Amino acid sequence: MEKNVTVSPIAKSTLIGQRVKKPDAPDKATGKTRYINDMVLPQMLIGKVLFAGRPHARIVRIDTSAAEKLPGVYAVLTGKDAAGLKFGFVRDNVALKDKVRCEHDEIAAVAAETEEIASRALELIKVEYEDLPGVFTPEAGALVGAPLVHDNFPGNKSLHFEFKHGDLAAAEAASDCVVDSVFRPHHVTHCCMGTSCAIADFDHNGKLTIWTQTQYPYNYKMDLAPALGLNPGDIRVMQPPVGGAFGSKLDVYPYEPIAALLARKTGRPVKVIYSREEEFKAAPTRQAAIIHMRTGCTRDGVLTFRSADVLLDNGAYTSWGPTIPVIMMRTTSGHYRVPVVDFKAQAIYTNNPYAGSFRGYGNVQTTYATAQQMDMLADMVDLDPLEFHLKNAQISGEVTPQKSFLRECALVECLETAAAASDYSRKRKAYAAARDKPGRYKKGIGLASSIHNAGGAKIHKSDGIGTILKVDDYARVTVITGASEIGQGIDAVITLIVAEELGVPVEHVTIVNNDSDIAPWDVGVHASRTTFIAGNGTRRAAQKAKAQILSAAAKMLNEPAGTLELRGGFVVRDTCGTPLIELDRLLRRMHFQNVPELVMVTDYYEPNSEPEGAKHISDHSAAYSHAVHIAEITVDTLTGEIKVDKVTVAQDVGRVINRMGLEGQIEGGIAIGLGYALSENMRIEKGMLRNPCFRDYKLITAPEMPPLDMHFIESNCAEGPYGAKGISELPTIVIAPAIANALYNATGVRIFNPPMSPETVARAIFEARQAGK
Amino acid sequence: MKSVETEIRFKLNGREVCLTVPVTMKTLTMLRDKLGMTGTKYACGEGECGACTIKLDGQTVNSCLMYAVDCDGRELVTIEGLRTPEGLNPMQQAFVDHGAIQCGFCMPGMIMQADTLVENNPNLTREEAQRGLEGNLCRCTGYTKVLDAVDAVVEAKKCCGRC
Ligand code: FES
Ligand code: FES
Repeated sequence: MEKNVTVSPIAKSTLIGQRVKKPDAPDKATGKTRYINDMVLPQMLIGKVLFAGRPHARIVRIDTSAAEKLPGVYAVLTGKDAAGLKFGFVRDNVALKDKVRCEHDEIAAVAAETEEIASRALELIKVEYEDLPGVFTPEAGALVGAPLVHDNFPGNKSLHFEFKHGDLAAAEAASDCVVDSVFRPHHVTHCCMGTSCAIADFDHNGKLTIWTQTQYPYNYKMDLAPALGLNPGDIRVMQPPVGGAFGSKLDVYPYEPIAALLARKTGRPVKVIYSREEEFKAAPTRQAAIIHMRTGCTRDGVLTFRSADVLLDNGAYTSWGPTIPVIMMRTTSGHYRVPVVDFKAQAIYTNNPYAGSFRGYGNVQTTYATAQQMDMLADMVDLDPLEFHLKNAQISGEVTPQKSFLRECALVECLETAAAASDYSRKRKAYAAARDKPGRYKKGIGLASSIHNAGGAKIHKSDGIGTILKVDDYARVTVITGASEIGQGIDAVITLIVAEELGVPVEHVTIVNNDSDIAPWDVGVHASRTTFIAGNGTRRAAQKAKAQILSAAAKMLNEPAGTLELRGGFVVRDTCGTPLIELDRLLRRMHFQNVPELVMVTDYYEPNSEPEGAKHISDHSAAYSHAVHIAEITVDTLTGEIKVDKVTVAQDVGRVINRMGLEGQIEGGIAIGLGYALSENMRIEKGMLRNPCFRDYKLITAPEMPPLDMHFIESNCAEGPYGAKGISELPTIVIAPAIANALYNATGVRIFNPPMSPETVARAIFEARQAGK
Repeated sequence: MKSVETEIRFKLNGREVCLTVPVTMKTLTMLRDKLGMTGTKYACGEGECGACTIKLDGQTVNSCLMYAVDCDGRELVTIEGLRTPEGLNPMQQAFVDHGAIQCGFCMPGMIMQADTLVENNPNLTREEAQRGLEGNLCRCTGYTKVLDAVDAVVEAKKCCGRC
């Protein structure tokens, strides 16, 4: 026993599943956090963008001379300054346009001393347009002879996806019941509370530093570089705190290269920041789509096939957004045991605002269809939907037609838990029986579920993460990681895992993840991957550090190797918890001994998933997970208003890591899903957004948030950190169809074209009554 | 095109401030751009989101709607002024402890509003809190933990017997 150590034995305990506070919360609660929106650099100029304000046009001439002469203006750029600098998923976009393809096309940009001067300069730019006929729905875009959005994309065809499995004709013939419906999920947008912003600055070696809201810093370099004619290696990505992202920052948008082009031209840092109206108009959308889905089953309620023919509204440019069919098809083929699958998706260019990725990534739209068709089929074969779901639910070890390997599958447990907790079957019957009784207010209960990747998605060559971890002489730990913090709480997860492994307080862990020159590679915050991937990376790095520390301790203390542990800031004997030496003292001894030793380790974690591949037959995620939502609602049949009274959630989370963060992600995910289901809707008329403000684009507010009854099912994922799976997209995905099914239970009405706004619901109820008369 | 400027004096977080502002300037812009008080946020500029909420003579206002000249002679408290010498004020601490903060961008406004609601009504119920926070949009949290935090502050005030 070392002298001076008089602490009593330290018992084993775990932080896994506890409630850990976000390390960034105190500064955010006091207004101290400096978001990118708040940043000011010396010499900084303000960049502003001139938008076309029309959906499709030729630019006849553009005169910037008056703007250039305005005192305080440092640069005016137009399409010719970005000519040839194509970027985007299929290289169809440029920072500044020479033709107008959508309302928010960037025609010119100005850098000036102040925002007022920049705005004034924009007013002085004279542009003459020749308007062109446009296409505003994917059906119109796909018509033969439709106006072309891009001359080099015939038929307005953007990305195409296909997956087939089994004999569709035979499966149809073997089906006793088939539901056939067309769903029309609508345009919504992310509405990050912090509007889009970028600050760019070049040094005199030609290296660009860009402060951005990106949630995928490494691929961001790769995607931004061609828009500037730079080598990705010459871009340094800085990630200050951001006001939300939700998938919207999983891409490069024109304002970012515009900030950089202005910075290059002026030699000064340039900040571009959007107003809320600009944000509504120019930020990406969740794709609107037309999903023609058919699902069949036998008389006994066994699924026979599912087919989906999807037309996606690509908008004017192809970002990462139109790759969502990659996920849409996984749900079409893997949501319940579907023996035969036929999936096709075609994205069509239109003159609408263009789609990006958004929490749920295509699965929001698809699950709105699959989960309603499950309900419809149950009705046709006269089964309680719960029973119908259970009959077709996969269990651990099953493999979907696309080869998603459901190693640990808790779908059955999710269904049973949620149904029991909400008294689903009894209420469903009672509400259905009351449906045609008199009374203005009707109650309904609806069940929906979905599947989502929960261990990343290998859509790049790597889905890995690099981690560097050091422990200093004071036993303070620094984790340098590629994992981005966008508010979702990965910092808390990382501090928790380090504290768990190294027995230090969470407050003694610092995270560096905001500078691409320092932090190693990561694929970004998407695909519900960060806790899974960065959690594993952090854990592995911490375990390496621990092994080094314990082996040094064993030597110094003459203890047998393998008998020591780190607990409560001490090296202890594992079995009895007797403290032997303070960790910081040990670290100093290691450092200052004859052969000095510093604790600094690196790790590269690559999950054991397979690349997506062109055929889409691969185990593309290291884990998959399910969630079941049961929504209880009251419908005002006169006004069509839906009040959500309660939502019961059962989700396979693998294992709870930070309970507080997990709850927060589910609550927040559901709020976004509720907005999608009930009120959010971009009213785009002939390519022009008619409601670019919160007054007319309704987010869920505090009074509309229902109580949630959350059940976390722990399936203990073998590959996940401590058994955890990724969790944050399913809540957004499942809620809307649960409400749609509840609406059916309450009124007998189905809504195929969300949102289920009062107008839409009231009209549907009215029409159903007329038809019934 | 120099806009007309005027001199105003007011109290900001307990300190006297005297400065000259254009008559067209909004209080939010004055706070952020003239005084460097960036805790108060812009998220809509139209009185629709509550991110810019500050306290004016004990009541909350959307600083994006209010002209800076109207601050003259009045008392303002912003999120930076809520902290007590001991640290975070009880509402701020409750937001931290209950996991009410995700990206945090809406939170300065949300906390100002919540703090004022409880100050004006120590027996605030959850439903009253929901209604009182209706004008504060949050895209991250679903408000549940925000309401938990407010509940906790109300409860704590009840049992300490000082109110
Ligand atoms: S910024 Fe003032 S209410 Fe939105
Ligand atoms: S915490 Fe992000 S908007 Fe409220």
